[in-house]
Amino acid sequence: MLYRENGQFKSSYRADQQIFPILQDRVFIIAVLALAFVAVPLLASDYLFRAILIPFLIFSLAAVGVNILVGYCGQISLGSGAFMAVGAYGAYNFFARVPGMPLVPALILGGLCATAFGILFGLPSLRVRGLYLAVATLAAQFFADWMFLRIKWFTLDTPSGSVAVSNLQVLGLPLESAVSKYLFCLAVLVVIALLAKNLVRGAIGREWMAIRDMDVAAAVIGIRPMYAKLSAFAVSSFIIGVAGALWAFIYLGAWEPSAFSVDYSFRLLFMVIIGGLGSIMGSFFGAAFIVVLPIALNQFLPVLAGVFGLQISTVGISHAELMIFGALIVWFLIVEPHGLAKLWSTAKQKLQLWPFPH
Amino acid sequence: MAFFLETTFGGLMVGMLYALVALGFVLIFKASGVFNFAQGAMVLFAALAMARFSEWLPQWTGIENRWFANIAAFVLAGLVMFVTAWVIERLVLRHLVNQEGATLLLATLGIAYFIDGLGQTLFGSNIYKIDIGLPKDPIFVFDSLFQGGILINKEDLIAAAIAAALVLALSLFFQKTSTGRALRAVADDHQAAQSIGIPLARIWVIVWCVAGVVALVAGMIWGSKLGVQFSLATVALRALPVVILGGLTSVPGAIIGGLIIGVGEKLSEVYLGPYVGGGIEIWFAYVLALVFLLFRPQGLFGEKIIDRV
Repeated sequence: MLYRENGQFKSSYRADQQIFPILQDRVFIIAVLALAFVAVPLLASDYLFRAILIPFLIFSLAAVGVNILVGYCGQISLGSGAFMAVGAYGAYNFFARVPGMPLVPALILGGLCATAFGILFGLPSLRVRGLYLAVATLAAQFFADWMFLRIKWFTLDTPSGSVAVSNLQVLGLPLESAVSKYLFCLAVLVVIALLAKNLVRGAIGREWMAIRDMDVAAAVIGIRPMYAKLSAFAVSSFIIGVAGALWAFIYLGAWEPSAFSVDYSFRLLFMVIIGGLGSIMGSFFGAAFIVVLPIALNQFLPVLAGVFGLQISTVGISHAELMIFGALIVWFLIVEPHGLAKLWSTAKQKLQLWPFPH
Repeated sequence: MAFFLETTFGGLMVGMLYALVALGFVLIFKASGVFNFAQGAMVLFAALAMARFSEWLPQWTGIENRWFANIAAFVLAGLVMFVTAWVIERLVLRHLVNQEGATLLLATLGIAYFIDGLGQTLFGSNIYKIDIGLPKDPIFVFDSLFQGGILINKEDLIAAAIAAALVLALSLFFQKTSTGRALRAVADDHQAAQSIGIPLARIWVIVWCVAGVVALVAGMIWGSKLGVQFSLATVALRALPVVILGGLTSVPGAIIGGLIIGVGEKLSEVYLGPYVGGGIEIWFAYVLALVFLLFRPQGLFGEKIIDRV
């Protein structure tokens, strides 16, 4: 009853092709946006912004990028951490070397650097696929790790290789407080997520999905595999690059080459699989899960240990965190292999009939 | 020339050890179609178990004999790996039959996190030693051919010999025993194997056990070379190019791929490294594997991929 599509007739093609054709979806999206833009800044505390909300927004952005490549185009990639690193260092170089470079163009240029890098390391996808490709994309990860550690030009010849940004501002407004950083990340995320949503339901998104479902058949019906695969790599690495630049500029502020390790690639892949492959909405769920879970465990385990009267050292807790994190992921993959997005769509189906199911 | 040969020999020895880790990947992929990212964690886990048991056993039993401690520790660690394999099959793999490759891959990554945490909780997270009495002194060969001969580490030589023996034993096991035949049947076609009465679940436990033992041997050798510490788990990442170079489904491919990668890594580090700032061996291995993949997308010895619509 709450979520009923019946009776919502469309009288023009424009209305039929709009991005959210169902009234309830539009209401829901507007409500979420209002909550995120108005209510959260008023209510949330500084800790909540810095520890949870900003990482969540940035990782959602990166997960959207990974989802385009892995979920929509079917090219399993373990190089996402490298794309983030290239975006971060690209943006940093433009920001630090060009005097008076504003933040937003620097972010976009960083994203474009990541695009070039992504296309380069996407080239093997034309020849190899599946798990072979997953391992091949690890090459990007190790190459980027090495490049930013050993080639000092990228880090402006600082001896330790760590770099920092300061005095960030957007359109003359300083990005100092947690709220302003949150709002900036949120704005970037909303714009890019809308663009991505539109891309994946357009012609190019359909090409990606055709390639994902079966690339030989797609080639037979006239989809160019090279163009489709490389464009997926380009779009995806642009988004991941922007996310990497945001992560470095907004969240970290100062970082070292080891900030973007292979662990990021794994975590991003976790996000899209747990969130749901081939779903923009799922990327948000996955990012929320993976960002919040370690923090929750970190807070919760000492309390639990206290309840049972156990003394656990911090090292013991970090090991227990690893175990619980791993076990939860395995458990989750077993009970819901299609991800949280699947639960979401099941809930919507149930709501269509509620409260009178057959 | 002598230096070149020395580097090549060093590469071959390292390559043999990579092959050992790669073998674990190939065994599991062949039999169950799972790309086991947890292999590195299993190597670390096995090595930790071995190191700690060889330390604890003399304390428990009061027998101060290195041979006894090492052999008993090896057996105990093997038992631990057997239990691990059984639990993984029971709790994880059984529930993930027929899932996509990416899901299985991530499930093994989750297992890797779990085993990393478990191993360090049970056995501690310091750096431990495995002392199986490998001689450390170098030997010189081809004295007559070159000035001063070629330096070879005896330790490496013995390690390579152990690896080769293990490979030989595994190929005999696969070719000559009835279990080995069943394993190959499962690798060829799950359904057909099941329909003629091969118990799939038991085969999976066996193959994970074998992979666990391979991990134990790899962990023992790597551990005695480098010390048992967390970075041992990253050896698996070094072995991944070996697997895709040789082909995911081929045991000989893992060996030859290991040798190619080992030699390529060492030669590139020595001859190319100084020009670009060093430390290139880890990504060079991947690039080398990629170059081979461009010509043979299924790896050197992998099964040919046939596309059907």
